[in-house]
Amino acid sequence: MTIQFLGKTLKNPMVLASGILGNSKDILERVHEQGCGLVTMKSIGPEPRDGHKNPTVIDLGHGMINAVGLPSPGHLNMENEWKDLEKRDFPLIASVYGGSVSEYQRVAKFVSTKKPDFIEINISCPNSEKHGMIFGVNPQSSHEVVSAVKKVINVPLIVKLTPQALDIGQIAKICEDAGADAICAINTVGPGMVIDIESKRPVLAFKKGGLSGPMIKPVAVRCIFDIYKAVNIPIIGLGGVTTGEDAIELIMAGASLVGIGSAVRYRGIDVFGKVVKEMETWLKAHSLSIEEIKGAAHKEAL
Amino acid sequence: MMNPITDQKPIMLRVIEKKIESPEFATLFFEYAIPFKPGQFVMVWIPGIDEKPYTISYHSKNQFAITIEAKGLFSKKAITLDKGDLVGIRGPFGNGFEIQSKKHVGVVAGGCGMAPLATLAEQLDKNTTFIHGARTKDYILYPDRFDIDRQFCTDDGSFGHKGFVTDILEKEIASGKLFDMIYACGPEIMMYTVFKICEKHQIPCQISLERYMRCGFGVCGACVCGKQIVCKDGPVFNSAVLRDMKDFNTKALLKSGKDVDLSLYFSWRCK
Repeated sequence: MTIQFLGKTLKNPMVLASGILGNSKDILERVHEQGCGLVTMKSIGPEPRDGHKNPTVIDLGHGMINAVGLPSPGHLNMENEWKDLEKRDFPLIASVYGGSVSEYQRVAKFVSTKKPDFIEINISCPNSEKHGMIFGVNPQSSHEVVSAVKKVINVPLIVKLTPQALDIGQIAKICEDAGADAICAINTVGPGMVIDIESKRPVLAFKKGGLSGPMIKPVAVRCIFDIYKAVNIPIIGLGGVTTGEDAIELIMAGASLVGIGSAVRYRGIDVFGKVVKEMETWLKAHSLSIEEIKGAAHKEAL
Repeated sequence: MMNPITDQKPIMLRVIEKKIESPEFATLFFEYAIPFKPGQFVMVWIPGIDEKPYTISYHSKNQFAITIEAKGLFSKKAITLDKGDLVGIRGPFGNGFEIQSKKHVGVVAGGCGMAPLATLAEQLDKNTTFIHGARTKDYILYPDRFDIDRQFCTDDGSFGHKGFVTDILEKEIASGKLFDMIYACGPEIMMYTVFKICEKHQIPCQISLERYMRCGFGVCGACVCGKQIVCKDGPVFNSAVLRDMKDFNTKALLKSGKDVDLSLYFSWRCK
């Protein structure tokens, strides 16, 4: 199921979502070996950051809620990891976050010199007051971050968006105009909250957290549908994909590649290979190719 | 209606009994039928404080317990909990030990590494070779708990032999004792030495690793060690996996995800 994406050849359209198992070259390599075409590092920030206290990730059965809080060694403290990654034989997205336009730019510029295949800017994380989502809900700051980063990097730029934006199609279009090469959508939904009624406390230490997994898939499908209508650049669609049929649904909404995160919890680290196989089975049974179904849901009549 | 314990949201349980094991250790008992295999762990949440992984150190049909050594911020709080206090439990998580029945096995425990081995030892034959060491007498956990005879040792000689568990293991092997499996848990350098001794003598072993954890179910990546996810693929790893695990006894990730030498990692963990 080889696929072309922004000038690179991927073995299949599966993408490991940022924040899932992206901590080291070894584990990224294992995810690739388990059938994932393109893997994403954990978001890299401007300074060392521990993230929030536990509990940070809770499974709700129909999905998860998390407020890990953007832990990062900081872009200047990852020499071992960069050195390991130099020798990789798999395509890689480096995800980047900041607390200001200049921080995004500084981190992205540095990361670009480490030659990931793509840089993704995370303007959509709901789990920090100062980073991420605060940029992605606002058209003007989205434009500023994207154009600032685009100027200083030498690899294609992916922008990861939040479903909390009032009009995600509009934000995507603004990112495209500012120089984005692809859109990744969606980051986690919410934030939401879960209260333990026995202790009368929010379960997450950060109290609020982003929702992921099967419960958010309809939101992801709608967002991808809106973005596909608004832009011409490719979309990495993700949000609640657990099976091959889920992936097909996101592609029909307009995704070129399909990301997986929470499903690692539900089906194991080999979920990528399983989903690819299920997609192949479905496509074969319907005598269709990925190209034929991409954006198919936008056709007005059969 | 109470939810069954699942590996989903924390379920709130009250401490039904607290046992002071030694000046350094206390055990908290809970009444709950938790499905379990020796070596598995639960995430223990003290609301308003933090949530940390603890091995299940006692298990029966309707009860289980965790044993705490007061060394960090969380454990110093946890050890003050008493009968009636409420904590959240998620789990059990992890793979647990593979038990070899009707064979001659060895158990090597160091310090609080006794805790995950305790429920395993309760399932083993009386003729098991059981080596148990600690820094000093006060750190010998469960000195009177098992039917199996133990060979004790301490770094300062305050209890049992003066020396290391690995010295005793080498002596046992040199004396001609044949092992079909060695189970070990303790400081990582101790487990690494056990692994090396086992490799030299072609004895399969299983050891239980520790890393900083968040989710407990293999998605967040905080606890990766080489290509292994400690909370999900482990915490128990066998010889075949250990041979390829390049971060074993060398590297671990801090909370930020930064990879550091083990000595730095453990000095941070004990803060």
